Amino acid sequence: MTETIAFLIEKSIVAAGFFVVVLGVVAYATLGERKIAGYFQDRHGPNRAGPWGILQPIADGVKFFAKEDFIPDRADKILFVIAPTFTFMAAGFIMAVIPFGDRLTIFGREVLLQIADINIGILYILAISGLGAYGIVIGGWASNNKYSLMGGIRTSGQLISYEIAMGLAIVALLLDHGTMSLRTIVMQQSGAIWHWSVFTHPIGFMIFLVSAFAEASRMPFDLPEAENELVGGYHTEYSSMKFGLFQFGEYTHMTLASGLIITLYFGGWSIPFVPIPENPGILWGLLTFCAFWAKTLLMMFVFMWVRWTLPRFRYDQLMNLGWKKLIPLGIFNIVLTAGLLLVFQSMGLTN
Amino acid sequence: MQSFMFILLTIVTLFSALMVVTRKNPVASILYLVLVFFCFAGFYVMLGAQFLAAIQIIVYAGAIMVLFLFVVMLLNLRDMDNVEGKPNAWQNLGIFAGIGMGLVILAYLSGSPGMSIAPVGNNPEVYAMGSAKYLGKALFMDFVLPFEIAGVLLLAAVVGAVALAKKKRA
Repeated sequence: MTETIAFLIEKSIVAAGFFVVVLGVVAYATLGERKIAGYFQDRHGPNRAGPWGILQPIADGVKFFAKEDFIPDRADKILFVIAPTFTFMAAGFIMAVIPFGDRLTIFGREVLLQIADINIGILYILAISGLGAYGIVIGGWASNNKYSLMGGIRTSGQLISYEIAMGLAIVALLLDHGTMSLRTIVMQQSGAIWHWSVFTHPIGFMIFLVSAFAEASRMPFDLPEAENELVGGYHTEYSSMKFGLFQFGEYTHMTLASGLIITLYFGGWSIPFVPIPENPGILWGLLTFCAFWAKTLLMMFVFMWVRWTLPRFRYDQLMNLGWKKLIPLGIFNIVLTAGLLLVFQSMGLTN
Repeated sequence: MQSFMFILLTIVTLFSALMVVTRKNPVASILYLVLVFFCFAGFYVMLGAQFLAAIQIIVYAGAIMVLFLFVVMLLNLRDMDNVEGKPNAWQNLGIFAGIGMGLVILAYLSGSPGMSIAPVGNNPEVYAMGSAKYLGKALFMDFVLPFEIAGVLLLAAVVGAVALAKKKRA
């Protein structure tokens, strides 16, 4: 019984800690995005609130709360309120299975730096990210506005299309790893740097990366909120903190999508060429935690880099890329991976 | 604990299922149907079939229902106020069929006293049966012929859909 209580307390602390860390990163991602956009366009970016603008996220938060909260007259009131919450929640749920680090020993307990290491981890992520569409679609519909509705319809089409490509990329990865537990996948990539899946599955990585951009509705796939055709897309009618939650949800999605790419293709928390110790201390746990975030922040920089470099797709181009290029490529990748695995196995080579 | 979860899930499932057929607004109906699928996934987890639960959410809640929503929003159906008056012959037939089906299920359940959905508890063997590994082995060894036939059927359906959707070039 005491073991159960200790377990519950341990997991609550771990979950709360990760929540705070992720939200902190997300808040500063909004600042980072604007700073990076500034440097890309040869200007400074926000620099009024505190030195280098480091208080900007707090100023933004206060501003969001202080604005008038407006609900359109003919909107579906309940769904209109639920939608932004749902977007944020669906993005946040992904956090539960991402391994943020290895184990660490503290007060004689071995603590796993992951909220839940379930044996269907990847499927869980696919399931939750599939639900992310609902928040945007419902928000677009409930606003009772043509532009919002267009944004919502685009979102549902886009997310369904790219989810298939993403699933196909993951199938090839699963063939190689033979497990759906994200922790085991990270362990299998530890050691030498060429164990990283990005080197063993380059085609799958490309497909996954493009799909992740589309799933997070990031440029060049931000058709749901294309401001020069749809005013603001699905969030045209949203104001105040409801709009803030949509934005926050989008950045949370981007952060966790980066974390997922790192986990699946860049060795997650593992540090290249450093073996995993038998008895990890606090230091090892913190080191892996830092390694994970260092890689993830780099990946997030790639997301922003692409956003401020590439122009937006047209909707038909988006569908063409998804259905006629990525999906056939994904199927080809599965066949190729399976064939190579068969050859390696018959030659008696593991991996 | 598990029986409490079972009762809670059952109540939510039945309530949402009722809401699906009584709401006038099609979007609300769809959202309640999503909730029903979620509860189903919950039942699967309680039966030790986590893989099936995840697939249930990915396929039904994540893909099929988003498509439903897509179609309803494209047609832009608002409240179905125009559905009124006496039920026609087809609807009467549907009511009879529903009552008949309910009676059959009731008769079946009352005839088999030992039948109940027992929670699996912490039995590791049952949990292993719900895993992807076990399911894959069953599909590709014991049931490989039905599995392949279903695959061919789906392929035929996809080809048919493409053929129907493709416009004839003039």
